[in-house]
Amino acid sequence: MHRKIEELRDSIAKNKPGKGINIMEVCGTHTMSISRSGLRQLLPEDVNLISGPGCPVCVTSSHDIDHMIGIIREYPVTLFTFGDMIRVPGTVSSLLDERSQGKDVRVCYSPMDALDHARKNPKKEVVFVAIGFETTSPLTAVLLKRAKEEDIKNFYIFNTHKLVPPALEMLMLDEEIKVDAFLCPGHVSAIIGSKPYEFIAKRYRTPCVISGFEPVDILQSLNMIINQYNAGKPEVQIQYDRVVKPDGNPAAAAAIYEVFEPVDSDWRGIGTLPLTGLGLKNTYSRFNAARMFPVDITQSEEPKGCKCGEVLKGILKPFDCRLFAATCTPERPIGPCMVSSEGSCAAYYKYERQAYKIDQ
Amino acid sequence: MCLAIPAKIIKIKGNIAEIESLGVKKEVDISLIPDAKKGDYVIVHAGFAISLVEKEEALATQGYWKEWLDAQED
Repeated sequence: MHRKIEELRDSIAKNKPGKGINIMEVCGTHTMSISRSGLRQLLPEDVNLISGPGCPVCVTSSHDIDHMIGIIREYPVTLFTFGDMIRVPGTVSSLLDERSQGKDVRVCYSPMDALDHARKNPKKEVVFVAIGFETTSPLTAVLLKRAKEEDIKNFYIFNTHKLVPPALEMLMLDEEIKVDAFLCPGHVSAIIGSKPYEFIAKRYRTPCVISGFEPVDILQSLNMIINQYNAGKPEVQIQYDRVVKPDGNPAAAAAIYEVFEPVDSDWRGIGTLPLTGLGLKNTYSRFNAARMFPVDITQSEEPKGCKCGEVLKGILKPFDCRLFAATCTPERPIGPCMVSSEGSCAAYYKYERQAYKIDQ
Repeated sequence: MCLAIPAKIIKIKGNIAEIESLGVKKEVDISLIPDAKKGDYVIVHAGFAISLVEKEEALATQGYWKEWLDAQED
């Protein structure tokens, strides 16, 4: 074992609070890194790492997915999406199923590809599926500012952007959820800085540490959390200070709020949470695909037996779902947490299934 | 998906910069980093630079990743 990792692990084992501690990460890349590096198995059992709602694809509601599918079925549009979204099952099909039926669904790496396509094909209506937290919403904002400046008339976004800090508050208010501290996302915080988490530390007396993605970063952050917890002085600390500044990236944060404003948002398995999403401001409402391409959605349903909602809230671990690794696998996923490579179920399936089996 | 490997800006033309990381070159949009200049290190997310990184820290992280990638090849 790497010496630095060993030291940090030993320090956690020595200083951990006697009654155990539940620490939630709210970033899909943290989830992946913890699973891949085997950190959970390395730590004492009562330092309990819980995965929260940090994977953008996973938190997108069935209703929103059904609406995207409805748009591509009913309107002659070209729809651009990030890779993971295409395989998420809606109530009756997925975007991938629709593509195999001849619909024009494309995967993009950068949202700019979608705007470029709209520019080059002015007669074709182009919809970009805008998902993600504060890391991604500034990108969508740049896109829309540019589309407005250039007066591009055939470009729309299907918007499901969500906000991290108010979602953390909703988790605090849910009595079923027992979280003692948050491992806060690195790149969301590169945009928003550390201040938006301060009310979580103060009002809910919950330590928050903004962490980098390497195993050493995460172990350092866990040490910082445990020290705060033991001292009874919850605050927001930045472990990932090589990238995250207390003020974040003010230009990017300004871009978000030039285009968007806080609105209620639907979260998979959790429901509608007040002011946890971003909606288009009036000045940008003409880019709203949900309004331009209305669809009748009778009844959106979560896949039968799927526990993604409870997994996203950290109430259940992926192993606790009866479908996990039985009927739901990365090859044939039933819920979104098994689809996305950074979904908790996919990460636990790929990296922690063996360790879990041996434990049982 | 957050990619944590910093990249170096080699060339800037308007909003677009050519960047290089571990030998891979790419074009990214830098409009969210108004004061980015040639030689700076940045974090890239979905085709956009979103944050500046100090040079020493960037090189240390690149080194860590190179080690990891080399180990995967062995």
